[in-house]
Amino acid sequence: MSTTTLAALVPLLPFLGAVAGLLTGRRAPGYAQPLAVLPTLLSTVLAVMVAVRQGGGEPLKAATELAPTGDASLPVELALHLDGFAVLVAVLVGVVASCVQLYSTGYLRDDPRYASYAAFVSLFTAAMLLVVYADDLIVLLVGWEIMGICSYFLVGHYWETQAARAASLKAFLVTKLGDVPFLIGILVLASEAGTFRISGITSKLTSQLAEFELAHPTVIALLLLAGVAGKSAQFPLHTWLPDAMAGPTPVSALIHAATMVAAGVYFIARLLPVFAASAVALVVLALMAAVTIVGSALSALAQDDIKRVLAYSTIGQLAYMAGALAVSDRGAAVFHLLVHGAFKALLFLAAGVLIHAAGTNSLAAMARMGGLTKIAPDAYWTMTIGLIALAALPPFSGFFSKEAVLAAAEHVAFGDAHGAGVTPAAGWIVLVAGMLGALLTAAYAARLWLLAFRGKGPQVSAEEHAREPAVMNVVLWVLAIPSLGLGLAYGVLPGWFDSGSLGPSLATSVLATGIALVGVLMTYGAWRHTTSLAASRSPMGAVAAHPQGDPALSEAEAIATHEPAYGDIAAAPDPADPGRLLLGPLHGAAAHGFRLDAAYTALFVRPTQAAARLARFVDREVVDSYVRGAGLGPRLLGTLVRRTQTGNTQTYLSALVVGSLVLAVAVVLVAAGTSGA
Amino acid sequence: MHLAYPAVLAALLFSIGLYGVLARRNAILMLMSVELMLNAVNLNLVAFDVWLREELHTGQALALFTIAIAAAEIGIGLAIVLLVYRNRGSSDIDRLRDLRERSAAEADEASDDGTGDTASVKATNDSGRQTS
Repeated sequence: MSTTTLAALVPLLPFLGAVAGLLTGRRAPGYAQPLAVLPTLLSTVLAVMVAVRQGGGEPLKAATELAPTGDASLPVELALHLDGFAVLVAVLVGVVASCVQLYSTGYLRDDPRYASYAAFVSLFTAAMLLVVYADDLIVLLVGWEIMGICSYFLVGHYWETQAARAASLKAFLVTKLGDVPFLIGILVLASEAGTFRISGITSKLTSQLAEFELAHPTVIALLLLAGVAGKSAQFPLHTWLPDAMAGPTPVSALIHAATMVAAGVYFIARLLPVFAASAVALVVLALMAAVTIVGSALSALAQDDIKRVLAYSTIGQLAYMAGALAVSDRGAAVFHLLVHGAFKALLFLAAGVLIHAAGTNSLAAMARMGGLTKIAPDAYWTMTIGLIALAALPPFSGFFSKEAVLAAAEHVAFGDAHGAGVTPAAGWIVLVAGMLGALLTAAYAARLWLLAFRGKGPQVSAEEHAREPAVMNVVLWVLAIPSLGLGLAYGVLPGWFDSGSLGPSLATSVLATGIALVGVLMTYGAWRHTTSLAASRSPMGAVAAHPQGDPALSEAEAIATHEPAYGDIAAAPDPADPGRLLLGPLHGAAAHGFRLDAAYTALFVRPTQAAARLARFVDREVVDSYVRGAGLGPRLLGTLVRRTQTGNTQTYLSALVVGSLVLAVAVVLVAAGTSGA
Repeated sequence: MHLAYPAVLAALLFSIGLYGVLARRNAILMLMSVELMLNAVNLNLVAFDVWLREELHTGQALALFTIAIAAAEIGIGLAIVLLVYRNRGSSDIDRLRDLRERSAAEADEASDDGTGDTASVKATNDSGRQTS
């Protein structure tokens, strides 16, 4: 088979698996697991084959016309574009999706809705692969929107709980809020460039001969940026991602860490020449990334739910990628995307094991349990690897990719970069925010590790907890390998990407590593201080769950009980929390995402509700009163007339006779009158 | 013979018939009064036919039609009255008031009875199906 045929099969297989799973899930639940796992595994194998065959050489293209648009020169084409970025990101998506599918067979083993869940995960994977391979903006948009709706279904998997229902609606609406300008941006871009093909647009823009320029590059870039901010959870549209942690943990790993949120970054990387055409757009992107890096890291330091810590760290790491794109280095961005996809999926999946082992998702409760490392040793070791990668300490993978981003920013800041439309200002913004982010990232990674694994308290007995299925632990180690070693690929990747060196530069790497170490040590010091302080106080009650149930049940119960137990979904009043000491007065605001949700409520939700109430009042009280009045008159008349229906035949006949007499007299009078005149 | 005699007689007959239809309570007597009115008309038809010396005698012909229709009408009418009497044990026209407009309270009662009836019918059907 040719490479393009293989590439076409990659998104198609999970799609067919999803369709088959949805159709047969109710009748033949035994087929749900193979139907979920096998197509995903197979498409991963095919994605690897495509990557090997493509080998980072010239982009392969294939296209067939899908639908006319009314403009003969602007058709929608089912087009594939296989370059180094696409094939590598597809491999990442396939690997993470396979891991998640395998993990889900253990995680949701007793779940009655497993079949539909697995089908949606497959459909989601297919959509992401379509986005990765697509060369046509409309086809890409189709995958983009399918991911949005699958995310809605999967976040709302535990729809029995209020938190999950609210979170799924919020995720859907917030991403759609970005998608509307995104769609407009796509249409404007296509009509100005004269094609929907991404490769066509970029080659037109980058070619020296064509002298082609967009008429409104800033408008287009900002419109597209809105959609990217929604999908990739960047400020100010990031608020849906922390709440989306109400979904099952594998969903968080797949959708909200490694793939869907990466789609936004990947989209900018593909269309970077469009963004580079507008210096304003790049500065806006840099500012957005900077605000997101710092804000999300501060918030992550204050979260009590282990998954919300990881969610905020996802937002922050995506902002690093956005920062790399703001300095016009897509090689660094996609490098960080690949590495982050691996270690964040690992962190989420390990967190799922940990939540099951501890029976709670609260760090405050875990800090009061001893022996968690003993009952979940695989999660302990792999999570340690993942957290060091997140904190970007050498020689773990996160170090290399983050240094690539910072080195790119440094080059731009000091003016020795060659991109079009890149200003040193954007470089400085990204560099400063990236350094600050490195400090905070190391701090919250250390806090998470210390609270979760260095807790002191009653031992969690191993018998009480059902042992995790082997498949869940195996998946963790599979993902630990790239988290450890993928960073060393920095020497190979420039051959796949069309970029310069991705190696760390000496100044930034020493600086950033030093800062990260400072962050770790600060957190350790604060932790020593707070735990000795709080040891004398009474311990907090841990959130209890059914320890014998399957992991999904434990998690759903943990989510549902967090708010009743601690009075808040995000924070816990825990005096032993080092984050509380480090953040000081900022803690309350950071725990709630700097009250952005409250601001949105005041700015958008309340006015909308007030307008709805006004419309209801006008409809009920003003419009309806006319309608009711129109009905009331005839009803009164009808009631009067009905009174005469006595049922007595002779009354009717009498009325008939009197009526005929009156008519006859009238006719006679009229006849006499006319004849007399 | 002067036209006034049959005309006055017909008017008297018609008035008596009208009074009977509007005032008698017995349905059979009402029907008889209708016959009186019809025959008053017949009398008029014949009288005017003779007085006008019509060639084709349309008045007399129409009278024959009226007689035939009256016979049919009285047949149907008496049959209805007989059936009503068998069902109700009375042919008093004042009591045959089922088609009157009911007040709200009465209408509720009636509808309750109706659903009760259908429910019992359904129950018997079900039991019948089970036994069969």
